[in-house]
Formats: sequence, structure tokens, C-alpha cells
Amino acid sequence: MGRRVRTEQGDCRSGPDEGEQRDVSVVPADVLPGGALAVEEPAACAAELGPRARLWPSLAAVYRAQLSRARVARIPLLFVATFQSVGIMVLMRGVVDDGAEAQAVVAGSSVLVVAFVALNLLAQYFGQLRASGGLDHYATLPVPPAAVVLGAAGAYASFTVPGTVVTAVFGCVLFGLPLAHLWVLVAVIPLAGAALAGLGAALGLLAPRPELATLLGQLGMSAALLLGVLPADRMPEAVRFARDLLPSTYGVEAFARTFGPRPDWAFVLGDLAVCGVVGVVSLGVATWAYRRAAVR
Amino acid sequence: MCAVRGLTKTYPAVRGRRGAPGTPEVRATDDVTLDIRRGEIFGLLGPNGAGKSTLVRQLTGLMRPDGGSVEILGHDIVRHPERAARILAYLGQESTALDELTVSLAAETTGRLRGLDVRRARAERDAVLDELGLTPLAGRPLKKLSGGQRRLACFAAALVGERPLLVLDEPTTGMDPVARRAVWSAVDRRRAERGTTVLLVTHNVIEAETVLDRVAVLDRGRVIACDTPAGLKEQVAGEVRVDLVWRDTAPLHVPEVAALRDRAVESGRRWTLRLGPEEARAVVATVTGGAAFAALDDFTLATPSLEDVYLALGGAVQQGLVKV
Repeated sequence: MGRRVRTEQGDCRSGPDEGEQRDVSVVPADVLPGGALAVEEPAACAAELGPRARLWPSLAAVYRAQLSRARVARIPLLFVATFQSVGIMVLMRGVVDDGAEAQAVVAGSSVLVVAFVALNLLAQYFGQLRASGGLDHYATLPVPPAAVVLGAAGAYASFTVPGTVVTAVFGCVLFGLPLAHLWVLVAVIPLAGAALAGLGAALGLLAPRPELATLLGQLGMSAALLLGVLPADRMPEAVRFARDLLPSTYGVEAFARTFGPRPDWAFVLGDLAVCGVVGVVSLGVATWAYRRAAVR
Repeated sequence: MCAVRGLTKTYPAVRGRRGAPGTPEVRATDDVTLDIRRGEIFGLLGPNGAGKSTLVRQLTGLMRPDGGSVEILGHDIVRHPERAARILAYLGQESTALDELTVSLAAETTGRLRGLDVRRARAERDAVLDELGLTPLAGRPLKKLSGGQRRLACFAAALVGERPLLVLDEPTTGMDPVARRAVWSAVDRRRAERGTTVLLVTHNVIEAETVLDRVAVLDRGRVIACDTPAGLKEQVAGEVRVDLVWRDTAPLHVPEVAALRDRAVESGRRWTLRLGPEEARAVVATVTGGAAFAALDDFTLATPSLEDVYLALGGAVQQGLVKV
């Protein structure tokens, strides 16, 4: 895999220069009147294939290309995501008390930025790409499906970093929470990002129509908002069950636990592990969905 | 180098829903058989909906045919569609995957995804952008370019990471003459230097006549003719096309003009007639002298084009081929 093979050096096929002379004529095909006479095929034997793009270099290339799109198209949306979360925290300030509920609101609002970008925007992106035929571009390149999905998901997860950090710091200051353990975002953002981006990519690629992908992305984000930001103790049993099903919840819980005076790191790790597992599964599903969408 | 045998694809019938009528089953490609030779520019010509793009999607491994075989350079593309990406470069009609990238990054990323390492991808990117005159636009996102420039940038991306077969689906749509010339000279250079083969989809008859070595004419999913443009035109060599443009309305009070009406294809003030040379001469004499001349705005006599061939072969769609 990835062996550098110049196709024109294939054994079975005539090379660019000597081949045309060997086979039929010394005149290049394009100067013949009408050009009808081209070089006849040598014996039926398969030409060597061009190189395949390897996983990591192509993942890096897709990631870089997707990240560059941020400069053109994504920055206004990143502002919207951040302002939305900041606005929610300001609203909730009058409603919640200062203890565990405040921690849940700050953690929920921070992870909401991840949900907005990684789930909602990525679902829209893949939905539109699929509907408009943009996937053909990738499908006609020898690139592993996982590289396209992981590169895009990784880039969208990266878009969320500034907004999430700003939201978390603002929330801590607003509610008087300690900033000491904010470093845990280093784990929360990629793992919650992987889970939500995988979900977003899968929704976008599986939705039969782009409007449906947009709708599903919006619904996912609304769910993350309602179930993640609102303190869980006040919810009825059925809603709590739905909350447990949503992957963003575990990112919120992990982050919220670190605000306590003595965080229980085992539980934090447990929650992050759930995010990681969901991330692996959903990215796997998204890769399968990409394969399915690319060749019809 | 590319052999297509009995390729068939049927889109299933869609049942009507409330407010939306159903569509019947459509044979998008119907038993298509073609041979493309190495180093030639082979064209697929036909109006919109003739099945050109469906055929190309099957040749590029993007769509599985219901039946038939596609073999490119000895590889069975129906059984191994993933191999197509390692044999050919495809320029589709859509640029959405590249729209928000800069011209330079679009070309470089495409090259890397074609398996080039960073250094090689950058070197080829610079060479191709320079060759196509895109270097001044290298830093601009595709989205901000005009339609023709964007198309040229996508063409550039298709050229980075050389392939023995280029499949180009209407590559010059929206391009100005300078950009078109850049495209065809880039194609010619690859053909002369490396024996690159080109499969071109077009509905532009003028372009088809000037650049193609051979052309397959498609109509409702079937290949109705396949020959050189000159060879195809010989089939209707006995005919001349007469276009008459009237100032206001046709002078139907002139009996000779009234007699022509049944044989003319009318489009606004324009009448198009396909006649034998003798007859054409007589018609021109009639309309340029006497009462009809006062009503005549313009007229042209022309030898047959591929459009006439298409119509003479029984192409179903009267309007659909573009002359630019």
C-alpha cells in the first residue's frame, strides 16, 4: 500500500514515448487528420494502478483543508455558538443556585458549543455535500473513507476549541467557580467532539435529504441544550433517561465534576471513556455511511 | 484502453405521492457499448437527460450498473469500482467539495488525496496553476471566483497527480475563450507527452467538432452513432441548413414562402430548414428577390453540423444541444 508507482511505467502498457512508435505509427494521435486513428491496445493485461493515498497523510490533508474553510465560512457561526452559550448562562444566572446547579450550567453551556459545531454544523455540511454531488470528488480519489470522515470530524471538533474555552472561562467567572481544573477541557473537547462529530457526520450522510440532515442536526443540538444545560435533578424520569442516552451528557458530567472541591477522578475518567466509546462507534458508523453514500 | 460492453442502468419508477406525480421507470443507459482508444479525445454528445452523466458515473465507479461490463486498462471497474480512482481523474459538474478552499489548497489537497507526498503535490500544484494561468488567483477561495474561473480551478485540481485517463464532464462550461484555450492546450500537452486519454462529456456541438477525435452520440440512454465528427457529418452531407430570420412575421402571402412553412422549424422570427443543395439555392433565390425580401431580416446557409447529425439520426429532443 502506498507504494510509489508511476503508472506509465507499467509493464503491460506501452510507455508514453516508445509505445506509440512500437505499436502502430510514429505520428502522435493528435496530429492525424480527424485523429481517429489512435494507438491500439497491446495484449489485454492490466496496467499498474496509481498509488493509493495512505490513511494518515490523507487524513492530515483533509483536516488541513477543512480547517482552512473556517477562515472563509465558519467564523461567524463560531461567534453565534459562543454567544448562544454565554447568553444561556446569563439567563440561567437568576434561576439556579450557586452549588451543583451552577456547575451543571457552565459545563452544559461549554459542551453545547461542541454540540452546535461538531454535531449540527457537521451534519449540515455532510448532508449538503452528499445532496449536491460533492462526495463524488472524494469518491473518485483513492482516499480511504475513514480519512475523509475523520479529517472533517477532527476539523469541526477543532473549530469548537476557542468557543468552548471562552464559554468555560466566562461561566466560571460569572458563577464564581474555580478555574483550577479547566485543563480537563483538553480531554473533554476531543472526546465529546469525537462523539458528537461522529454522530453529526453519520446523521448527515445517512439522511436521505439535506433538509432532513439539517433538521436532525438542529434537533440533536436542541437536545444537547435542553438535556445538558438544565440541571438534571428537576427533570422527570423519562427525560432523565433520554439525557442518559445523549453522548454529550457524559462530556457535561465529566466537566461538571471537576468544579467540586475534591473531584472524583475515577468518575470523570468513566464519563470520558463513555464519550470515547461513543466516538469510536459513531465515527465507525459515519465511515460506513460515507462508503454507502459515495457509491450508489 | 476503455471497453464498455452492454452497460445498462435503469432508475426504478417512483410512485407518486400527494401533490407530486410519480415518474415511470427510466433506462438511463441502455445497452451501451463503446471502445475508447489510448491517446484519443473521445466525446459523449447528447442533450440534457440523454444519459451522459449516468454513463460517466458508471465508468468512474461512482454508480453500479445493473448489467454489462466496464474495463479500463485491463481492470474490471464493475467488480472493483475502487480501482477507478487509481486509473482516472474525474472532473464532475459540482465543485461543492472544493468551494471554500483557496485555488492553491484545492489543487494541493486533491494531489495529496491522489497519493502524492507533500513536496510532490506542491510542485505539481505550482506547475499546473502556472500552466493554466491561475497563479494570480492562487490565494482566492473558489467561492469568490466567477463560474468560469472556478471551473478552471477544478480542472487544475483534476490534473494534479497525473492519471492516464481524464474524464471531464462539461469542463469548459462558463469559461471565456482564454480559459478554454488553456484547458485544451493543457489536454493536448498531456496527450502528446504522455499519451493521456480523455473522455469528454459535452452538449456543445461546436466544441465537439473542434476538439474530439471520435464522438458517441447519445439519445435516451442509447448510443445512436459513433464515429469521427467528420464521419458523422458525411451521413448528412447531402443536406444544407438554411436559416431565415424575418423582420417581423413571415410573409405568408408569398406562395413560395407559405409552401416552405410546413418543412421549417420555427423559433420566434427564425425558420430553420434542412434541404438538398439545389432546393436550398432555389429558396435563397426566392427570399432574396421579390416580395419576400422586404420581410427578410437575415439569412444564413451552412453545411451540416453535429446538431444536424443528431437530428437526422432521429434524436428525440429538438432543442438541447448548445452552439456557442
